Amino acid sequence: MIENVDLVLVNWSRAQFALTAMYHWLFVPLTLGLSFILAIMETIYVRTGNEEWKRLTRFWMTLFGINFAIGIATGIILEFEFGTNWSNYSWFVGDIFGAPLAVEGILAFFLESTFVAVMFFGWNKVSKKFHLTSTWLVAIGASLSALWILVANAWMQNPVGMIFNPETARNEMVSFWAVLFNPVAVDKFLHTISSGFLLGSMFVLGISSWFLIRKREELMARRSILIAGVFGLLSSLMVAYTGDASTRTISKVQPVKFASMEALFEGKSNAGLVAVGVLKDTDKKIGERVVKEFAFKIEIPGLLSVLTGGDKDAYVQGITDHVLGNEKRGIMSVSEKMQKGQFAKDVLMDYKRARMINDKEQLKSIKGIFRDKEFHDKYFRYFGYSSIDKPEDVIPNVPVSFYSFHLMVILGFLFIMIFATALYFLFKGSLSDNRWFLWIALLSIPLPYVASELGWILTEMGRQPWIIQDLMPVSAAVSQINSGSVITTFILFAVLFTALLISEISIMVKQVKTGPRH
Amino acid sequence: MILIFSVLSQLLRFYYDGFRNMSNWGRKVWIIIIIKLFIMFAILKIFFFPDFLKTKYDNDKQRSEYVLDQLINSPANHD
Repeated sequence: MIENVDLVLVNWSRAQFALTAMYHWLFVPLTLGLSFILAIMETIYVRTGNEEWKRLTRFWMTLFGINFAIGIATGIILEFEFGTNWSNYSWFVGDIFGAPLAVEGILAFFLESTFVAVMFFGWNKVSKKFHLTSTWLVAIGASLSALWILVANAWMQNPVGMIFNPETARNEMVSFWAVLFNPVAVDKFLHTISSGFLLGSMFVLGISSWFLIRKREELMARRSILIAGVFGLLSSLMVAYTGDASTRTISKVQPVKFASMEALFEGKSNAGLVAVGVLKDTDKKIGERVVKEFAFKIEIPGLLSVLTGGDKDAYVQGITDHVLGNEKRGIMSVSEKMQKGQFAKDVLMDYKRARMINDKEQLKSIKGIFRDKEFHDKYFRYFGYSSIDKPEDVIPNVPVSFYSFHLMVILGFLFIMIFATALYFLFKGSLSDNRWFLWIALLSIPLPYVASELGWILTEMGRQPWIIQDLMPVSAAVSQINSGSVITTFILFAVLFTALLISEISIMVKQVKTGPRH
Repeated sequence: MILIFSVLSQLLRFYYDGFRNMSNWGRKVWIIIIIKLFIMFAILKIFFFPDFLKTKYDNDKQRSEYVLDQLINSPANHD
């Protein structure tokens, strides 16, 4: 069936979505993090009445405003792409995506848009307490907006709480709570917002360090570093904790992604955790896919078994276990899943035939089959495997998964050290004397962005070949449109987003150089 | 009625004053927002991003038929 796939169209559609999502994600986490830092700073101002805290809040609010305004609506482009480039997918997901996105739209509009205006226009016009409430509501609203998008994304990683309706060819939500409290959604939300808090803290820490390097606004800089240091340290610890929880969930619901993150081809007991490693090709193959091994690694023996299974002897499943199956461990092979998926597809074909001859009794009976939980759990959940050509096609790009995951984790530990060091020097009163550290803090501003983007690369690339885990491969989701128009819009977006980013950075740099108003 | 009118009038004045007294960076950012929204909605959405199923089919029944066919005949992915 491979001749039916327009790989140029699929790959450019993916590239375009990746480009827009990654640019969009340059704006979002700063909004998430900086909004809470502003709320904390303004709370101190309202409680102490100290005008210096107000001045400081207004300075960071200016930078927040620039980022918020330039990033606004960049996510809508993703929705354009759903309707044009990914129409099969958009139709198939039905109200699972519609409901969370509608809630997100309402929250974003009423909470963020309304109270952002009070934040910027309301100084000295509304009461201090009302202004402070508005700032907190903007911060909470931003995180709640993110919640619904992440719930929708989590469903793509672990589709739950729905049944498929063959009449409409759509999935229908049967349990809103199952979708909302999907374990992937809970982990993803906590991990993502805490990484946004971390990013906002590093932004404040880095810019404040610049003021100290320049010996300008030193009181403001120290106070900002105090808030950013404490908030950043707590956030980075939360990122580590939620990242660990997220990895454990992935090991259960997306075991092939988990094995790829660890580059674990062969399952084993007493599996070590590779802290740093370099992969190389071997002569071995799984089908047509080359097996990788470590050319170099620093490993903590037994830790992966302990982290995933609770003890050193716990068996950690490898990629081979999932592709070829492992009867002893109760792991189903891809071939078996392909048969189950094909059975579900055959039932769907029967439905289509019944519709063509208008056999109402048969239509009713097949609709009932799709509503049956046993059929869903045994067959329909593997529906996507019916479109898989060879078992090894379910293996994602292992080096991309491994390196993006490990680099993100390494950066995560670096952030903990940076925030802890900043607080140490601050409380010791020697922050300005350690210029080397101030430079490190300043130069570290881009690093949380890198870590955040790596997290999304792992999330999305590690799920391949699926757009919806086990239910729909990417190739089945794409619209049959002209690949030329996708390439054209890819270039347009690249130009538009780059222009926006340059504008944001140049306006921000100018405002930072101007400093807070007196 | 008078109360509603008064609240609305205060709200309008709040926004009017806010925009009128906007700082230099605020003006720049608003210009960028307007240009961006124009490009997104008046150019990209209209000329490059029509809703594929809505433009190709008249009603939901036809759309579901099409997607059903796509699901049944979906090809394998090789990534």
